[in-house]
Amino acid sequence: MARAAVLGRLTWQVGTVAEIRAETATAHTIVIDLPGWPGHAAGQHVDVRLTADDGYSVQRSYSIASAPGPDRLELTVQRLEDGEVSPYLTDTLKPGYPLELRGPIGGWFVWDPAEPGPVLLVAGGSGVVPLMSMIRARAAAGSAAPFRLVYSVRSPETVLYAAGLEQLSQVAGGFQMSYVYTRSGPPGAKVRIGRLNPVVLSAAGWTSAAAPAVFICGPTGFVEAAANLLVKAGHDPGVIKTERFGPSGG
Amino acid sequence: MNTHLDGNVLGGTLGEIFAVDITSAVGQCASCGTSEAMGEALVYTDAPGLVARCRSCGEVVLRVNRTGGRAWLDMRGISCLELRTPGQ
Repeated sequence: MARAAVLGRLTWQVGTVAEIRAETATAHTIVIDLPGWPGHAAGQHVDVRLTADDGYSVQRSYSIASAPGPDRLELTVQRLEDGEVSPYLTDTLKPGYPLELRGPIGGWFVWDPAEPGPVLLVAGGSGVVPLMSMIRARAAAGSAAPFRLVYSVRSPETVLYAAGLEQLSQVAGGFQMSYVYTRSGPPGAKVRIGRLNPVVLSAAGWTSAAAPAVFICGPTGFVEAAANLLVKAGHDPGVIKTERFGPSGG
Repeated sequence: MNTHLDGNVLGGTLGEIFAVDITSAVGQCASCGTSEAMGEALVYTDAPGLVARCRSCGEVVLRVNRTGGRAWLDMRGISCLELRTPGQ
């Protein structure tokens, strides 16, 4: 992973799709083999470029979902109905296909497993992807940093990595998580339906007094609402790192 | 569309030009003097190229446009840029 920090300009590289896994009805994880890939820092992204036969090309940024490692990376792509890139990635792309990308990108929105924590992660929808890389990096490194994920989703059907998160929250001591359901909750469960709120962000041991490093990722409106709630609750704006995605992410 | 993303989205385009990461670089806004990681700037992607604005005062701090094998970079909104130079 340290190699990701080595000085050098980014160039476009062509990887090969090794595997595609459905995460939900509309989101797929794409496993890409890329010999020579240096690994990444948890939280980084890549740019993916598609080029048509006539030379027209379009590119989008996607967060890396996997734990850092050489020669292989995983992206999770949410299909956007009117997207220009994501429908190709989720519906057309198959194992064996080439995929052009550049990265790893970004040294700001990253978590280093050498940091002792605590770390508060706040995800809106597919904003969970780079945070999942941090959670996986923590597990892979055997880090004892206390981690908490607050994950806002429309409904249980839209949860990414549900089984993996459940497993990690049970076996890896020091990782806990809470869901926020904005449209509907699990059948039969009595859970509050609504937007992210101060109560869920201020669980016992996770108030501003604990001074966690904070990473927030999601659509722009979600990120700004979450950051405002945390600043109002006394968190130092200087420890809150944010990553927004928007319509051009499709 | 008038929604913004943030400075993390600058990383790819500027990473092809510079050998250091721009998102973790601290830029001082030439308008209001606030110093902040470029990753926290507000970035508008619906203009030609990318336009980054200061999170504190809203003034343009950086514009970059790439087309036809050339890049145009306007950084007059940044009075000083502090870059990490790993390994040195």
